[in-house]
Amino acid sequence: MKKLLLSMFAATMSIGSGSAAFAGELTIATVNNGHMVEMQKLSKQFEAQNRDIKLNWVVLEEGTLRQRVTTDITTGGGQFDVMTIGMYEAPIWGGKGWLKKLDFNTDYDILDVLPAMRGGLSTGGKVYAAPFYGESSMLMYRKDLVKAAGMTIEDNPSWGHIRDVAAAIHNPQDGVYGICLRGKPGWGDNMAFLTTMANSFGARWFDEEWKPQLDSPAWEHAVTFYVDLMTKYGPPGSSSNSFNEILALYNEGKCGMWIDATIAASFITDPKQSKVANKIAFAQSPIAVTTRGANWLWAWALAIPAGTKQSADAQKFISWATSKEYIELVAKTNGWASVPTGTRTSTYNNPNFQKAAVFADAELKAILSADPKNSTLEPTPYQGVQFAAIPEFQAIGIAVGQQMSAALAGNISVKEALKRAQKAADREMRKARYY
Amino acid sequence: MMNLTLSQRKKYKTISLGLLSWVVALVFFFPILWMFMTSFKTELQAIAVPPLWTWEPTFENFAIVQERSDYFKFAMNSIVTSFGATLLALLIAVPAAYSMAFFPSKHTKDILLWMLSTKMLPAVGVLMPIYLLTKSAGLLDNVFSLIIIFTMINLPIIMWMLFSYFREIPKEILEASRMDGATTLGELRHVVMPLSWGGIASTGLLSIVLCWNEAFWSINLTSANAGTLTALIASYSSPEGLFWAKLSAASTLACAPIVVFGWFCQKQLVQGLTFGAVK
Repeated sequence: MKKLLLSMFAATMSIGSGSAAFAGELTIATVNNGHMVEMQKLSKQFEAQNRDIKLNWVVLEEGTLRQRVTTDITTGGGQFDVMTIGMYEAPIWGGKGWLKKLDFNTDYDILDVLPAMRGGLSTGGKVYAAPFYGESSMLMYRKDLVKAAGMTIEDNPSWGHIRDVAAAIHNPQDGVYGICLRGKPGWGDNMAFLTTMANSFGARWFDEEWKPQLDSPAWEHAVTFYVDLMTKYGPPGSSSNSFNEILALYNEGKCGMWIDATIAASFITDPKQSKVANKIAFAQSPIAVTTRGANWLWAWALAIPAGTKQSADAQKFISWATSKEYIELVAKTNGWASVPTGTRTSTYNNPNFQKAAVFADAELKAILSADPKNSTLEPTPYQGVQFAAIPEFQAIGIAVGQQMSAALAGNISVKEALKRAQKAADREMRKARYY
Repeated sequence: MMNLTLSQRKKYKTISLGLLSWVVALVFFFPILWMFMTSFKTELQAIAVPPLWTWEPTFENFAIVQERSDYFKFAMNSIVTSFGATLLALLIAVPAAYSMAFFPSKHTKDILLWMLSTKMLPAVGVLMPIYLLTKSAGLLDNVFSLIIIFTMINLPIIMWMLFSYFREIPKEILEASRMDGATTLGELRHVVMPLSWGGIASTGLLSIVLCWNEAFWSINLTSANAGTLTALIASYSSPEGLFWAKLSAASTLACAPIVVFGWFCQKQLVQGLTFGAVK
């Protein structure tokens, strides 16, 4: 019995142990999406080229990934050697010294990385994360429905015009809703979209003294317009919809218009996924009083936590995964329509990519027009288009998102929702001693 | 209804109860059935509105899961943590429950209630201290840390169940064994355990199921090596892109072993849930 117990203990310790990475072993934390999964597959080539490096993948859901990497980095857990982080985290964590500065050789051609991406992933003139794929937001609409209604849509249409088009193509009897927009609460869900909409209405999250501005007339106009638009011409249950839910509706041909991440374009124009793949056109995001901040900017990027002992290998891997050569490798393996976009100028200049991706021009235009340092009509002390790059924003964004979702569901009035949102934001900012 | 005979009323009652049981069972089983069906659909079929009830099944999702993830590594970690934690918990709980059932003090009831109250604490409330302790012990991403944590979180319920089983054993039998010269350990090994073997087995089975389904700690304390099947399922959720069919395939593969296991042990499980602490 004693022997059995001892051998079981030994077996237990040997299975699934070894949190500390061995020399030449990299543990990479990433999210589960098409581009990342493809990287995981193609990374065998990296391992073949670098026989002394073995890659271990930890794929996590987006929210869990944030929680895990935050816990790990703040406690110095050392679980990961390469982390997938977003444009929100990169400047904050880089500034706190939680990430290693990235250094690239001339072959990498850092100047080829789109300036918006480079800037958004840097702080103090140092690059802390390399973009693996990037995105902005834009309007994706059913050109057949719009044409049949005798309407047209240009770049940056007014929100009033969008409401008119939605009214003209809204036909719930046939299962087509005028417009689909995010409503699910979350700083990266409904608030990502609503912030860009509010920006275009002249709103801002904080004034120059860091006082929340959610009770301003601009926010009220924007949210009132949004709730009214979605109540009249949106699909039922919009307060539960985010990217994936709307993608499912859109691919089924149930949305006339959709304003969301440019990455959606590659899904909805793919005939294998979408029933309306050939009926889609693109335009730059709608505006009310300004084009500033009307479309967001985001990147999933690879970074090296300060606590890793494998920083040289991690840098080598990041240089490979975000290089021009990697993009060419994906193109060679899966075709140019499948390459990770939103990162490099050379991708958009490539004629093969232009031919394969009908959304290429619209996507590039959206990314280039987004400026995280100048995203509101009035001046602000923060950086970021659809978020304010301060550590407190996550909590504030979630609290405000819940109120906006409640207003969309009709549980409370827009005025009440904004009043509560202002109170929540004010409490967080006071707690963090901004004023 | 008023003119029905007693036997007819009994018959109607039996039929009604039978129908109600079927409806309740179907309601409980429906999500699992839907997950199973979705795992054989394409991503487009999985999100079809209205939902598809007939389609040409595909095994593509299972192939993708197998290609992308090392299923057997995750499954082995689930087996080791579930059985290891259950064994450890039983080793602690059996003597403790024996002591509380047969030699109660005035604080026994309070201790049992206190143990149960630890289940009321949300796991996330102790995430940071546990994470730091695990890190200090060098046990991050190690199945041994999961075994210890699973043991701790299931110990209260195992204690309660065993306590209830042991209390059903007549004290006279123990007194008789003592008269025959049995020591405490001998009494536990040769009298208490054989008499409550069914209860111990069903408690163990329930513990295995609970450990198998545990997700919070598996996801938060593991990375590349010690992840269990719940961590595998979580990795198939995607923020951007369709994933329901692949997620369903991963879930089906994760559920399959424990469903088969539960099927074989259903008699003991039902006995455990209807005769123990929760009767």
